[in-house]
Amino acid sequence: MKTIYRTHQMTNTPLSKQEIFERTHRRHHRIVACIRLLILILFLSLWEFSAQMGYIDAFFFSSPSKVALCFADMIKDGTFFINTGITLLETIASFFLVFVIGMLFATLLWYSDKCAEVLEPYLVILNSLPKSALAPLFIVWLGTGINTIIVAGISVAIFGSIINLYTGFRQTDEEKIKLIYTLGGQKKTAFLKVVLPGSIPIILSNMKVNIGLALVGVIIGEFLAARRGLGYLIIYGSQVFQLHLVITSIIILCIIAMALYQLIQALEHFYRKKV
Amino acid sequence: MTQPILELNDICYSYHSLKGETDALSHISFQVKKGEFLAIVGPSGCGKSTLLSIIFGLIAPESGEVHFPHNAKNNGDEHHQIKSCPRIGYMLQHDHLLEWRTIYNNVILGLEINHQVTPEKTARAMELLKDYGLYKFKDKKPGELSGGMKQRAALIRTLILDPEILLLDEPFSALDYQTRLSVSSDICSIIRSTKKTAILVTHDLSEAISLADRILVLSKRPATIKCDIPIHLTITDTSLLASRNAPEYQGYFNQLWKEISDENHIPNPPDD
Repeated sequence: MKTIYRTHQMTNTPLSKQEIFERTHRRHHRIVACIRLLILILFLSLWEFSAQMGYIDAFFFSSPSKVALCFADMIKDGTFFINTGITLLETIASFFLVFVIGMLFATLLWYSDKCAEVLEPYLVILNSLPKSALAPLFIVWLGTGINTIIVAGISVAIFGSIINLYTGFRQTDEEKIKLIYTLGGQKKTAFLKVVLPGSIPIILSNMKVNIGLALVGVIIGEFLAARRGLGYLIIYGSQVFQLHLVITSIIILCIIAMALYQLIQALEHFYRKKV
Repeated sequence: MTQPILELNDICYSYHSLKGETDALSHISFQVKKGEFLAIVGPSGCGKSTLLSIIFGLIAPESGEVHFPHNAKNNGDEHHQIKSCPRIGYMLQHDHLLEWRTIYNNVILGLEINHQVTPEKTARAMELLKDYGLYKFKDKKPGELSGGMKQRAALIRTLILDPEILLLDEPFSALDYQTRLSVSSDICSIIRSTKKTAILVTHDLSEAISLADRILVLSKRPATIKCDIPIHLTITDTSLLASRNAPEYQGYFNQLWKEISDENHIPNPPDD
């Protein structure tokens, strides 16, 4: 009876349980996306409306239309490209250096238990130190250039990165390392064949944290010692009371942070698919 | 008489911690002949696995020596033994296949480590994969295989290095009972057909009786050799199930059971 019903009314076929599940799943995702977009639109219109009606002072709080105008100006006179470019460059440079230095140190600590034990308290202290406190020192030592800012970016992420990677390496199953020895390998082989490939998920999640921290460090550095970059624009804008410039820069920063995070997320997806 | 391939002289070993010393092995001496299948049984925690690690050379004994006299025979002079070890294969309790490698890449891991990835060796790996019904799974990840298949893959990984002595550290204990019967009879038939020397550590008495030519019973810690029982089963089929029907089986089982349970009734030493 059921099959006859199906063939007769192709447009109104009763759905199987799986189809119902898939449809509910898709609908759930669509609803979530819609609500997210709605919140953004609602916030922007409320902001614009309040500024237009004079409920808030547009001089201090700016407004979406002013931000859009400011953004257009920044693109026209090229300040957007110069400042965003320099901030991106500094962030990527510190991120890359954090990755390289972090991996080197974590490997060294894994190799030598004694070294790890000796250095542990230093790493813990340096990691819990607020790194912005170091920035003035970097300025004195390195001047007010791109180097200082990259070093500031590195200083925020590096110690946590070393600790996390080392802890990740240590979590490798001892028995798997023993396996490498039973197959005739050495400590180096164990590292290359078991520890490193087994730690890739940890390395990737560490990268996700690092990219955010590197950006934090770079902005702190730019606050204190830069003539270009989004951090500089924010400080400059607040000092000359061009608050739409400040807010535009913050929004660009948001977009950069999201884009960099998504980039590493994509790398992670690629790895998951491969494994 | 066949020459011994492995000789342990008066091996002692103890674990040290700040709480004190724990004697694990005390004055262990025995020989293993070439082609012999030796099983070592004993109460759990008595140092059976430690003994295998010492034989392999992963840890050094505190006193005593491990000799491989068979390898010194070319020298002619027994007192000037060449310090060359035979190739030893070591199978651990779990398969420890690396989950990011395919079955094939796991199988050739030992070859990679020893820089022996040659066309003959990889062809041999393929052959072994076919023999154990894993060929069509060679490009799968370990997670997609059953426990028995994974243990077979681990066995190929060990065998591909062509060891002269196989050390088996309870390699079946992580498997369910049915898989265990088939995997252990597989391993047994491989060892018999290739005439390899094997040392099996187990706590399963029936496994020991049906697989081994000789059983060493270790005492509770500090372990000493309690008795050395040669096994002769008058059957042709050496699978685990068939050997239970051998007329001698029950006698051996009772004898071993008595030795082991005697051990368990000895009161604990004060430092334990």
